Amino acid sequence: MSAPLLELSYLLASITFILGLKMLSNPESARRGNAIAAAGMFLAIFATIFLYEDANNQKLGNYVWIFGGMIAGTIIGYLMAKKVKMTAMPQMVSFFNGMGGACAAVISFVEFNHVLHQGTTPSPGLATVMILGLIIGSVSFSGSMIAYGKLEEKIGDKGLPFNQIINLILLGALAVLGVTFILQQPPSPVFLYIILGVSLIYGVLFVMPIGGADMPVVISLLNSFTGMAAAFGGFLYSNQAMLTGGILVGSAGTILTVLMCKAMNRSLMNVIIGSFGGNTAGDKQGSHGTIKEISVSDAAILLSYAQKVAVVPGYGLAVAQAQHVCHELDKLLEEKNVEVFYAIHPVAGRMPGHMNVLLAEADVPYPKLLEMEDANPQFKSTDVVLVIGANDVVNPAAKNDPSSPIYGMPVLEVWEAKNIIVLKRSMGKGYAGIENELFFHPKTRMLFGDAKSSLQNLVAEVKNLS
Amino acid sequence: MEQLLELFYQHREFIFIIILSVFLGVEVISNVPAILHTPLMSGANAIHGVVIIGAIIVMGQAEPENYTALILGFLAVILGTLNVVGGFVVTDRMLEMFKKKEKKK
Repeated sequence: MSAPLLELSYLLASITFILGLKMLSNPESARRGNAIAAAGMFLAIFATIFLYEDANNQKLGNYVWIFGGMIAGTIIGYLMAKKVKMTAMPQMVSFFNGMGGACAAVISFVEFNHVLHQGTTPSPGLATVMILGLIIGSVSFSGSMIAYGKLEEKIGDKGLPFNQIINLILLGALAVLGVTFILQQPPSPVFLYIILGVSLIYGVLFVMPIGGADMPVVISLLNSFTGMAAAFGGFLYSNQAMLTGGILVGSAGTILTVLMCKAMNRSLMNVIIGSFGGNTAGDKQGSHGTIKEISVSDAAILLSYAQKVAVVPGYGLAVAQAQHVCHELDKLLEEKNVEVFYAIHPVAGRMPGHMNVLLAEADVPYPKLLEMEDANPQFKSTDVVLVIGANDVVNPAAKNDPSSPIYGMPVLEVWEAKNIIVLKRSMGKGYAGIENELFFHPKTRMLFGDAKSSLQNLVAEVKNLS
Repeated sequence: MEQLLELFYQHREFIFIIILSVFLGVEVISNVPAILHTPLMSGANAIHGVVIIGAIIVMGQAEPENYTALILGFLAVILGTLNVVGGFVVTDRMLEMFKKKEKKK
């Protein structure tokens, strides 16, 4: 009786995954979708524990270990997920993704040892599946951990010289090792360790040179990798739930990656090869014009006597965790009858949509958040635009300089407003590594300093004025 | 070639499922608004935690005296659970904020 029941549970679980994913892509139903998928996962897990039987009708053993691991994992996972700050969400996602990748890699590894233990040689098909699961899982694990470290700002954006060539060599080596391993009769475990090591190194080197706003794309890509690794696990155990769950995430993750690239007008190849970031971008004109600074008190006066103010939040705001101060300033201005709205670029923040989550956390009322399409027509009637830590999303070059690498990317047309105040740490460039003409624009004035302390100073000054 | 065909034939049902699931995955999430990219990525992340089923099977089949397998399996179960529980909880927390905003609307 237990086998049909188990398969039925897997079928139900697969349906909840599909439904959950579908509902997650709509704001109205997203939360319910997440709960439905979680319920399906719960069913699949407990059905496996109690109903699974191997070929000899043998039930699973070692319940103490299984439950011990699950309880430990649940407590740690729950606490981490509850404690994490909203600004740290992208690295948390990356961390959990890495855990999944590691899990897939360990499974392949143990399964292989298990097969060798029995003194049998795995069929080429089975060996292929195990090796692919091991490679993809380990790459996903080490890559995600590097991504986590980078977003936590514990690791800088450093690549080796000839990083891309080294990566290609490693990839080639993995292919050769993998094929040799599969064709070996009987396969030698040493190869397994070497493959594991090379995969881990590859994951590190793959993510190392990628930085800035390209990170979410990489996280999404690694996410779909782990999905694929899970699917290989499904193949290994002839397990439908793992297969459908893994493949669904694998393909959905790939599409999500492509969608994100589109929102930034970048190709996936560009992100991976990284020809865009850092020093290679075509920044030939150099700086032009002069930049004008503004003092805190002048900025406060300008804001206080404006009728309409737009806030353009960006990466810098998220890094400084200044969203609460920002809302405080916004409330102060509203008290002075200044109309304030936020203009949100689709890729503002550390991940697409991340800025909305952050501002929601600071209790900024929803009607004040305008999407790019709604915000752009508003700028003409805006007195002051406050650009906080955003760079490339307000770069006029995307509109009027065909030679610019970001030409064609949809941007917030803040230069249409009467005055622009840019809050910026220094004259550093954005992730695209290109100069922003906006900073030299006649209407623009710069307020240098950390976003949070600049905003705090502004708040104090605005208070003084009344 | 013959071996490949044989492999395909043996696993034909799985291969069908894989191909159909790929299209389904693409179909299901195309046209998502950018504001949902982060929660969606996180939700998808939790779903691939289904890999924990493999970890449970590995663990459950390990011989009680094979400590390498037991320890590795135990580790895999913990990692998989982290992925599942953490993923769903984090996604829920993010989506909770979206809901709050809608109420105020």
